[in-house]
Amino acid sequence: MSVLIAVITLSSIAGLFGLVLGYSAIRFRVQGDPVADKIDAILPQTQCGQCSFAGCRPYAEAIAKGEADINRCPPGGTATMLALADLLGVEPKPLAEEHTGEPIKTVVYIDEQTCIGCTLCIQACPVDAILGAAKQMHTVIESECTGCNLCIPPCPVDCIHIMPVKVQPETWRWPLPEHPPGTAPRVSAL
Amino acid sequence: MTEYALILISTIWVNNFLLVKFLGLCPFMGVSRKLETAIGMGMATTFVLTLSAISSSLVNDWILLPLGLEYLRTIMFILVIAVVVQFTEMVVHKTSPLLYNLLGIFLPLITTNCAVLGVALLNVQEKHTFLESAFYGFGAAIGFSLVLVLFAGMRERIRVADVPAIFQGNSIALITAGIMSLAFLGFAGLVK
Repeated sequence: MSVLIAVITLSSIAGLFGLVLGYSAIRFRVQGDPVADKIDAILPQTQCGQCSFAGCRPYAEAIAKGEADINRCPPGGTATMLALADLLGVEPKPLAEEHTGEPIKTVVYIDEQTCIGCTLCIQACPVDAILGAAKQMHTVIESECTGCNLCIPPCPVDCIHIMPVKVQPETWRWPLPEHPPGTAPRVSAL
Repeated sequence: MTEYALILISTIWVNNFLLVKFLGLCPFMGVSRKLETAIGMGMATTFVLTLSAISSSLVNDWILLPLGLEYLRTIMFILVIAVVVQFTEMVVHKTSPLLYNLLGIFLPLITTNCAVLGVALLNVQEKHTFLESAFYGFGAAIGFSLVLVLFAGMRERIRVADVPAIFQGNSIALITAGIMSLAFLGFAGLVK
């Protein structure tokens, strides 16, 4: 009889706990990967692929899994890297070697004499900065071009060239702050 | 009121679970490499320890004693602890995914933290009332977190210190823990 009481007590309590856990599993369900979402929100969303991933979202997922470093996003620059380091609690590192140095802002232009109108560069452009149609000459909208150079490899006749952007009074902008808002610059003690 | 204060002082300093009773050494060595992780682990363990001390005291007083099932105490307490830890894991995963990633395997391993079961069983052994059990669990958890955070702070400094080659790594950590334990034994002098 006492064994029966023991068995019934133990199994009913276990069942009760199971119900509680089942309820809280529904109540506290986690959708997707919240870390990757937060990283993705920091990245600049140019989808330029300079980090060697297919776009910002795959790069964010790779960072969240710990497979990629935080310093591979040239469009975001130092500000993005510092924001990522702050979010993930890791040490900030300088941008990866191939991205060091003050980047010279470049755009591409299409040599219109050579262009055969194949539309391959239009499909490659992540920001729709190339205008044109099949068998028609293409051209680049300079103000839209982000300088990601993704249109150069697909071109079969190599008619796309890189051109540095000349700073003119109407294109000049205030330089970005070195530190993203909310992170005070470190002042070294005298 | 005095007895509750005494329970807190006793569990935090005099009978510290980590350094005097030597319970729960696995997370003490495992998650004390970084201060942030140690603080997170301390908070998670505080939550689990207090809640499991309360609920196992309730289970003992209201279910096991009236039914005469005292011999089921250990397995019942383990059941309670496992549920509380599982619940904590879900809450942490929802509220702080980064902490969840940082704690990793040590979060579910709170289940096997012997300090948690130790508190529940010691509560019964010392015939604590419900409130005393709650304070005992909370004090034990605060003592655990305090030592864990202190130790993590020291380990962060030791990592940049010039340690002789044979002491590097875990050996210097264990030696530090031993010296801390000696220091905490000094609190035994509080009780006359």
